[in-house]
Amino acid sequence: MLSIKNLRASVEGKEILKGVNLEVKAGGIHAIMGPNGSGKSTLASVLAGNPNFEVTSGEVWLDGKNLLEMAAEDRAREGVFLAFQYPVEIPGVSNINFLRTAMNEIRTYRNLPAMEAKEFLKMVKEKQKLVEFDAALTNRSLNEGFSGGEKKRNEIFQLAMLDPKLAILDETDSGLDIDALRIVSNGVNKLRSDKNAFIIITHYQRLLDYIVPDFVHVLYNGQIAKTGGKELALELEEKGYDWLKEAAKEQELA
Amino acid sequence: MIKQITNSLYDQFIADFELRSILSNASESLALHALRKEAFKQFKQLGFPNTKVEDWKYINLSPFLKDDFLTAAEDETIVINKDIIDSAKIKKLGAYHIVMVNGRYQAGLSDTIPGDEVFVSPLAAAMDRPAFEAHFGKNVALDKNHFAALNTALFRDGLFIEIKARIIVEKPIHVIHIISSANTLFLQPRNLFVIGAGADGIIVESFITVNHPEKNAKVFVNDVSEIIVNERARLQHFCIQTGAEHTSYVHHTEVVQRQSSAYNNYKASFPGTALLRNNLNVSLNGENVESHLYGLYLVAGRQIVDNHTTVDHLKPNCHSNELYKGVMKDEGVAIFNGKILVRKDAQKTNAFQKNNNLMLSKKAVVDSKPQLEIFADDVKCSHGSTIGQFDEDALFYLKARGIGEEKAKALLIHAFAFDVTGKIPITALQTYINHLIEEGLN
Repeated sequence: MLSIKNLRASVEGKEILKGVNLEVKAGGIHAIMGPNGSGKSTLASVLAGNPNFEVTSGEVWLDGKNLLEMAAEDRAREGVFLAFQYPVEIPGVSNINFLRTAMNEIRTYRNLPAMEAKEFLKMVKEKQKLVEFDAALTNRSLNEGFSGGEKKRNEIFQLAMLDPKLAILDETDSGLDIDALRIVSNGVNKLRSDKNAFIIITHYQRLLDYIVPDFVHVLYNGQIAKTGGKELALELEEKGYDWLKEAAKEQELA
Repeated sequence: MIKQITNSLYDQFIADFELRSILSNASESLALHALRKEAFKQFKQLGFPNTKVEDWKYINLSPFLKDDFLTAAEDETIVINKDIIDSAKIKKLGAYHIVMVNGRYQAGLSDTIPGDEVFVSPLAAAMDRPAFEAHFGKNVALDKNHFAALNTALFRDGLFIEIKARIIVEKPIHVIHIISSANTLFLQPRNLFVIGAGADGIIVESFITVNHPEKNAKVFVNDVSEIIVNERARLQHFCIQTGAEHTSYVHHTEVVQRQSSAYNNYKASFPGTALLRNNLNVSLNGENVESHLYGLYLVAGRQIVDNHTTVDHLKPNCHSNELYKGVMKDEGVAIFNGKILVRKDAQKTNAFQKNNNLMLSKKAVVDSKPQLEIFADDVKCSHGSTIGQFDEDALFYLKARGIGEEKAKALLIHAFAFDVTGKIPITALQTYINHLIEEGLN
């Protein structure tokens, strides 16, 4: 589904991604872990098309389409979804109006008719229930007045509504208490299928107790330094990242 | 050279006034006659303001005053019909409609308001009413306001609205001001609205231009409205300004509030009209007065929109709040000059003011000037002003959900305006103004 080849990207002239390679197949859940500053969030931003990051070389393909040539909105319409680490509050834009606009823009792109209001509201209700997100959304501005946990849950709810091919969760677990973590994870587990794929960026192993990954990748210094199964996450939890740094240094020297 | 052109219009008004004095209007009282004379004296001294006058330093008026204006024209044939009025109505507002064409009341096109609790008439026909005698011309400072002085000296007619004491008028009064002329006109309408003690009303004024079948000539409107909000009265006052490029306006609105009254002014200005200068002065002349001033301006093309407001706190325990928001396109120019005056007696005043501007174009210009003058020592006052661009994080968030650039920007502009539009307590008006924002953006 997704193929990242030797991706390099920089922000304000500083290179952060230094040749990332990653293959993601439909139905797969990939966890990306790594120490602070290793480029995890940069990778998420670059995939979603954040204009603050400059891709200097490499390729990203989504089901045969060149993602890097697309504007952020077209990537979303093609089925890329980024659950933001810091969801933005937009006073004056209502949650419902925002979602409906997004939904219809995506449908128009796919040559589908706009959704009827009634049908849309029914879907909102269903998906809210599915991801256990009971915050009142009507007559409320986008993310305004939401707690940190509610904002993250709103991201998962949007994910449920927009039903993307590829979902990238950028530290969705940060700032969540154990209950919220369980709810968010349950949501993701209900949404996963053999048609979609998830990239889960996280610092901590604990999220992976709930969402079991097929692959764990360690991003270090802008490159994927190690790939393994779910047991790699446990190993990292136990040993930290220092042993990897040593290994990377040795590799460099060799 | 330009000065001479302006001078010729000045000379024309001097001649107009002298001619008028000879043909003295018998229906006007001696008091009004004296007021006109005094106003004329002031205008003669002041002339038209140039950019050396502090309150006019951001606008060069010469290009707007250089045309060959008819200043004392006979009435033209009115070409406004029912269909035009219908299209100017606001859906679902359920209002009484009062139609003014080129500053003149149109009885045939206006609704009649049943009963005698609300009195609406041409100003010239209301001069013998006690409310006229009590309030007319009492509140405008003629020595500081060039255009208001000229209007006072030479106005011919306008609109008079009186809501009697303790009357609650549920239906809004929608005044549709239409400009349509094949002649180059300088119009000077004069209005007086008096809200009786304990009364409650809603006045919606919309300003539009209608194409004249022959041709569209330039029209300069210099109007003055005096508004008296008596003890315990409430007035919600909306001004929706649209129009075509061949029209220019200098509006002067003078509001006087008595004890425990509430006045809300909502001003929404849209692209079209070449020049919009809004002078809005509110005197909080009584205790426990509340005033809210909300403004929204969407400026496009080479339009100039200038809002000059003065909120004058004269008595203790009053509250005023002012919020003006601007969206700037193309080569638009906006000026915001907001003055809060807290007099020595006005202890326990709460006075707030904010002006925010969103720049959509590199060529647009905003001059924002908040002014606070405080002479009392126990007050809460604040003011702030910002000029900024789109929030890139918000824009990216919307795009990352599949919303295209144009639509995302439109959403953010609506959100920016929502601080003002969200304050409009009447849904039909909110919808109407949101629709005008949408139109103005395209």
